[in-house]
Amino acid sequence: MGALQSLPGKPEYVDLAEKTGFSFEQIGILHNRFKQLSHNEETLLRDHFNDIPDLACNPIRLQIIEAFFDRRNFRQNGEGTVEEIGFKEFLVVMSHFKPPSLHMTQEQRESIRRDKLRFLFNMHDADNDGTITLEEYRHVVEELLSFSEALEKDTAKSIADAAMLEVASISMGHMEPDEFYEGITFEHFLKLLNGFEIESKMNIRFLNMDTTTLCK
Amino acid sequence: KSALLRCAPRWSSFLPLTGLMCVLLLVFVSVASASRDVVSENNETWRGPAGETRGDSHNQTNSTAHKKAFPVLSFNYEHVRKPFEISLWILLALLMKLGFHIIPGVQNIVPESCLLIGVGLLVGGIIKAIGEEAPVLDTKLFFLYLLPPIILDAGYFLPIRPFTENMGTILVFAVVGTLWNTFFIGGMIYGVCRIEGGQLASVDPLSCLLFGTIVSAVDPVAVLAVFEEIHINELLHILVFGESLLNDAVTVVLYHLFEEFTHAGTVTVVDAILGVVCFFVVSLGGILVGAIYGILGAFTSRFTSHTRVIEPLFVFLYSYMAYLSAEVFHLSGIMSLIACGVVMRPYVEANVSHKSYTTIKYFLKMWSSVSETLIFIFLGVSTVAGPHAWNWTFVIVTVVLCLVSRVLGVIGLTYIINKFRIVKLTKKDQFIVAYGGLRGAIAFSLGFLLTNSEMKNMFLTAIITVIFFTVIVQGMTIRPLVDLLAVKKKKESKRSINEEIHTQFLDHLLTGIEDICGHYGHHHWKDKLNRFNKAYVKKWLIAGERSTEPQLISFYNKMEMKQAMMLVESGSTAQLPTIVSSVSMQNIKPRGPARQRAIPSISKSREQEIRKILRANLQKTRQRLRSYSRHDLMIDPFEDNVSEVRFRRQRVEMERRMSHYLTVPANRQETPPVRKVCFESEHKVYTYDDSKSPRGWTAEPDPSPPDAVSLLNESSQRANQSSEHRAKHNDELRAKVPDEKEEQDQLKLSRCLSDPGPNKEEDLS
Repeated sequence: MGALQSLPGKPEYVDLAEKTGFSFEQIGILHNRFKQLSHNEETLLRDHFNDIPDLACNPIRLQIIEAFFDRRNFRQNGEGTVEEIGFKEFLVVMSHFKPPSLHMTQEQRESIRRDKLRFLFNMHDADNDGTITLEEYRHVVEELLSFSEALEKDTAKSIADAAMLEVASISMGHMEPDEFYEGITFEHFLKLLNGFEIESKMNIRFLNMDTTTLCK
Repeated sequence: KSALLRCAPRWSSFLPLTGLMCVLLLVFVSVASASRDVVSENNETWRGPAGETRGDSHNQTNSTAHKKAFPVLSFNYEHVRKPFEISLWILLALLMKLGFHIIPGVQNIVPESCLLIGVGLLVGGIIKAIGEEAPVLDTKLFFLYLLPPIILDAGYFLPIRPFTENMGTILVFAVVGTLWNTFFIGGMIYGVCRIEGGQLASVDPLSCLLFGTIVSAVDPVAVLAVFEEIHINELLHILVFGESLLNDAVTVVLYHLFEEFTHAGTVTVVDAILGVVCFFVVSLGGILVGAIYGILGAFTSRFTSHTRVIEPLFVFLYSYMAYLSAEVFHLSGIMSLIACGVVMRPYVEANVSHKSYTTIKYFLKMWSSVSETLIFIFLGVSTVAGPHAWNWTFVIVTVVLCLVSRVLGVIGLTYIINKFRIVKLTKKDQFIVAYGGLRGAIAFSLGFLLTNSEMKNMFLTAIITVIFFTVIVQGMTIRPLVDLLAVKKKKESKRSINEEIHTQFLDHLLTGIEDICGHYGHHHWKDKLNRFNKAYVKKWLIAGERSTEPQLISFYNKMEMKQAMMLVESGSTAQLPTIVSSVSMQNIKPRGPARQRAIPSISKSREQEIRKILRANLQKTRQRLRSYSRHDLMIDPFEDNVSEVRFRRQRVEMERRMSHYLTVPANRQETPPVRKVCFESEHKVYTYDDSKSPRGWTAEPDPSPPDAVSLLNESSQRANQSSEHRAKHNDELRAKVPDEKEEQDQLKLSRCLSDPGPNKEEDLS
């Protein structure tokens, strides 16, 4: 089965396992998937993602794909986007979806929470100015609703406006009529989704069994 | 009475309450004893026709004997005896429940279920002391009338998301856990009986297993009753509660299995295999029956737009039919009921009117509350009434074994389950799950159904003891334990639009990541199901335009509706909610050029509905003001104008509040821009035309030009006097406003509901 591929001797796996927290089997499986997606090349391009048929019916497909090419998610404090990624970056992005392990201290949990929420924030904040402006938020809602037909565009706008207003109220409290709320900063974002328990929800079950043969 | 007098100096207010309760108890008891006579008579022979003929002959003899005067006032109790008794029982039970909530302090220590059992015990004791025979919890009554409302209430309002997310865990606990409990308790009891000898020696293994089945199932009624009050976090609540619902299939199968076997005498391997097959048939069959009725109910609700009044009845009747149909085939009625409620709910809620939705909710809550109360009281009464065979060893061993097996089962299963869960169950969670396994009335009723009379009494005694122990001891101590262990409690906050957006976003994100990873996991299948639902099922089962409404929009609309209702209800004289923030729309809108913006955000029919609600309320407010204006402290000598003024003030208040979005509290400040927006844009109300007007509306059947002109005057007038509403003195201006402006006010209000538009100070200044 897949166990044979996870030769503990592979040095790069050791390094990756340390960095991302995946086990050797999981890294092996993801490597297989990477090779499958990239048609055995070294790097992945955006077009490779576009080829995944299941992804086609996902309304936020573009944002997801962008997230893989966003340097802010590579945990190296980089900025901007890249055109192609290697397996290491692929794995680092995937590691954002690892569930927290059972025995963790409160600080570790907190840091994992921040990590995941940072990922979400980066997805919303497309122009990387550190805030999610009203336009960006509207874009998010529009994308979410993009696959439903009989939609008035303005509904999406008002929903986004409502949400923005709520964030502003929660974060800012009192504002004078002529003050202007620039956008949702990361701190406000944290405060907003405080009760959301993201560390329990934003997780993928990374299997230890090779399933690449089962799906395209 | 002397005890009461002694207490009097300490709690002077306590005395009348206790006195009242005693009076109620006495009435209760006398009725119970009287009804017992009737019921026992009816049970023995059906004397109906005989009784009537006796009455007739009596009358005849009277008339033949001597001519009586025409009776002006006569007493004929027999005529209404049965319904009268039943109603009185229910009424008194509910008065008891009321009494508990009035007496201060008791509520926090003792859960309601314990109190009700206590009352039942008391009543039963008194009845027995009088010498009458107390009524027993009739099994048919319980399973056909008392249990379904509770289960339907639970199933209809089952939180689907946590339930499906934890479905694997719940199933493992329900099926494997109950099996383990049954065999462990049954086996150990048999062993103990063998060792003990004496009276217990005659117990055979199958009876023990049967007993184990009855006593090991976690009871949904008891769990609901206790967990409702401790507000534990969602995960634990759904684990214990889900388990109590789903183990019904196991219980049904095992019960019938063992009962058949005790009659048959021998067990073969074939029988065992058939038992397993039977389990699948019972559970899946029950779910299927429920789902069919659920779809029928949803389909029916699609056409009820013209007969709104009977909509709730469809929900209740289809669900009850699902339960009864499942019971006909000995399938699991509980699972059928749950499946029906779960399947029906999303479609019915999209179809029915808001009032019907409220009706359904309140009727379900009401019936389940009554049922629960009656069940617990009857449990207490039956305890005193029933024949008992107390055997110290048996009872003690049973109680201990129940606890031990539950704890072992939970620990063992969690060890296995945690290998497959993403969010593992901690030790605290395990403790609560184990401790929350309460037994209740279902166990009692099943025990009552036992036919083997020699062991029956002993079993019943043990069952009752277990029920009492779990409900009273565990029920009372679970709350302090939850506090002691600092178990996470339920989040109090209501769903906000941001959380909804992010829930959806996360769903799609995780589905996408799963697709990229190449796993066909949990999210993938959920997404497929949602798409199937949207593409095919919704078109069939939801009427009109709502069938294509995405979930986010329906959530948004629902919240708008709720906000409107809340405003309407709290509207005129109630205190405003504490205003937290003063942020309003203009704070977040970019100060760019006035781009073309369309305001409307909710569909026409919804807007109609909201407008109707607002109009109705404003009219009511007006009427109320007219009649209550004397109570208004801020009195102005001219009554008419006072009401007018108050009305204005309130309407402005409402407008202001509605000029914000749903979850956001209203802007306290008298921000002129906000109000001006509402007023000013009125004259642009006709057509939705992007190119011409900077702020267009959707086309609406709207007031004709002459009105618009006067509106314009009016709005400019009001814009000038925007800050004046606080003064409440400019009567003549207010009084001038004609009544039909109400119409436009409501239109404005409903506009303002969604978006008051961009800041317009620069336009007006």
